[in-house]
Amino acid sequence: MALPVYASPLERLWRWVFRILCGAVLLFLIAPIIVVIPLSFNAEPYFTFTSKMLHFDPAGYSMQWYDKLLTFGMQEPGHERNWAWWSDVWQNAKWVNAAKNSIIIGFFATLVSTGLGTLAALGLSRPEMPYRRAIMAILISPMIVPIIITATGLFFFYSDPGLPYPYLSFSPFGLHFGYFSLHDAFGFRLAGTYLGVILAHATLGIPFAIITVTATLIGFDHSLTRAAANLGASPTTTFFKVIMPLILPGVISGGLFAFVTSFDEVVVVLFIGAPDQQTIPRQMWNGIREQISPAILAVATILVVISIAMLATLELLRRRGERLRGMSPQ
Amino acid sequence: MADTTAALLTTADGKPLKAALVRAQSRARRRALLLVLPLLLFILVSFVLPIGELLKQSVENDYFTANMPRTVQWFQTHPAGTPPDEAAFAAVALDLKDGYTARTAPLAGTRVNYDMPGTRSLFTSTARKAAQMQPPYKDALLAADPKWGDPMLWATMRRVAPAISDDFYLAALDRTRDVNGNIVQVSQDQRIYIMLFLRTFGLAAAITFICFLMGYPVAHLLATLPLRKSNLLMILVLLPFWTSLLVRTTAWIVLLQREGVVNDVLVWLGIIDNQHRLAMMYNQTGTIIAMTHILLPFMILPLYSVMRPIPPSYARAARSLGATSWTTFRRIYFPQTLPGIGAGSLLVFILAVGYYITPALVGGASGQLISNLIAFHLQNSLNWSLGAALAALLLVAVILLYWLYDRLVGIDKLKLG
Repeated sequence: MALPVYASPLERLWRWVFRILCGAVLLFLIAPIIVVIPLSFNAEPYFTFTSKMLHFDPAGYSMQWYDKLLTFGMQEPGHERNWAWWSDVWQNAKWVNAAKNSIIIGFFATLVSTGLGTLAALGLSRPEMPYRRAIMAILISPMIVPIIITATGLFFFYSDPGLPYPYLSFSPFGLHFGYFSLHDAFGFRLAGTYLGVILAHATLGIPFAIITVTATLIGFDHSLTRAAANLGASPTTTFFKVIMPLILPGVISGGLFAFVTSFDEVVVVLFIGAPDQQTIPRQMWNGIREQISPAILAVATILVVISIAMLATLELLRRRGERLRGMSPQ
Repeated sequence: MADTTAALLTTADGKPLKAALVRAQSRARRRALLLVLPLLLFILVSFVLPIGELLKQSVENDYFTANMPRTVQWFQTHPAGTPPDEAAFAAVALDLKDGYTARTAPLAGTRVNYDMPGTRSLFTSTARKAAQMQPPYKDALLAADPKWGDPMLWATMRRVAPAISDDFYLAALDRTRDVNGNIVQVSQDQRIYIMLFLRTFGLAAAITFICFLMGYPVAHLLATLPLRKSNLLMILVLLPFWTSLLVRTTAWIVLLQREGVVNDVLVWLGIIDNQHRLAMMYNQTGTIIAMTHILLPFMILPLYSVMRPIPPSYARAARSLGATSWTTFRRIYFPQTLPGIGAGSLLVFILAVGYYITPALVGGASGQLISNLIAFHLQNSLNWSLGAALAALLLVAVILLYWLYDRLVGIDKLKLG
């Protein structure tokens, strides 16, 4: 966007002002995320740069807050750092447990939302799909409806002892977990169970799976499936040999979105999760609300590094997807 | 002629082509629907039914109905305005006696308490004495607590007797019913919800506007730079978008608090002195700054995707016809970006209206939004029905905005990153 030769001096000046303004906005976007990183290596329990840090004195920096992440909640943090110490970390450290919970919940929620979401996206992108717009609106709504409303609804739905509701026959107890509903029928509650949190997170991840996979399918050439059928492939073979390789980048990025959604979700966990389901965001939430310590910044730094890795993966997937569909000339 | 042509066109096995086509099409439709069906059922159970449950909870509360059956019976058989007779007092006394043994009297009291503060303890304390009460119950109850003679209490009990009522919606709109059943505003000092709704929508509008002001130039820059450079700068927009919400909120707490980085820098630069550090956290300022930061990518990305395909030749044509750069922007460029502005603003506004986490963590008292009140009623005051009614009102607003978004932008245009 080089300026044309006829640009007036005022226009040249404005161009610089404009660029500085844009730079300021971009700085506003990125600065808070970058600032957290050096502060997490602070040797003092402060949230600001000490003079030692500003002079790049090694004494101003330390790994103590990362160490706290491992030792917090341990039974014997002072024990010699051998196998027993690490096993103590694995079993008792609160942040480690929170990470385990987050990964387990995120993994299964992603599996459910991406699996069902991909299937639905395939149906939605068929030209003969009836009521496409209405169905799409319903499937995207978990992303639009404020999380507090979803959490409130789930809170009532899960904790309700649930006696005279006509829809109980369709509820998760009846449909998916027949053996629960037989004897302790309405006594079983999803509130405070891993299953409950996983189902809720899967719901929140579905819009992302739908959006990314349908976006991949927009450039999809339907004559390929007809060609496959023409050459004698069954619908299943066509799906796995022709469709799947082409939409896989979209499916994986949808899965990443769904996983991040679950990995970052705190409100639903707070509302329907038991103390067992302590996830990383919930642990952070407690940390921020009670006594904010620089250990939170260490967690934040780790999460920023994870999101950089995710961003890079997504970019690679996008390029690969475009190359596969022949959309990008380079 | 038309008939003979239709009769002539048949498939290989002799069926009319038209019928075969219709059958094939309906089969294809069914197959497409079948692919979507599992997810639709899943969403129905895990999302739509819970929302239904919320709506049910917002009109239904049987704390009183279930635990004071005799009193409810008396209200049903006596029209409104009947002064309570001995039978009414007897019903209350006997219900409270049962309620004391079953430990449900506080529950019934809680329901009345929602509408008339201070009555929960009345129910609890009277229930304790009810076990020893002898007829006449009117004197016994009045002896236990003279409040039982208050006509307002009886009017309130009559109102809460049915399990299903619009009470909670009235309360959510700062309204209540007086002794005669007319809808009136609650007293001045108790009007909070309308003010909170207004604050929520006002803050959301302000944040949307700030996002627009900050996002428009950046989106324009990204759209006009060569792809290689703009992809690099795009990372600066996408990285915050991908970073955990709690991390970004934490970062702002760290930056903006009294002893935080921003105040330190301002003191160091000599703009403010050490005694007058700015309070930018735990108030509305903190909420606005943090939420603007979190929602800004949702403004930039739709703007960018609209601006990128605008051909620069339009602007050049306008300039060659004598327009100044300002006129070119106003008459040529800006109108073409309106769809992006609509999409971005609606998205940011919808997301801002329902925000919970950030105001809860950095909002302090003055930065609380309606979502925080919903959470408060669910977790602290335990007035679930009022929380549900507030949530339902917020839901109506969001659905209207969502409908508008679908009409103007189209749900299928929603893109991520």
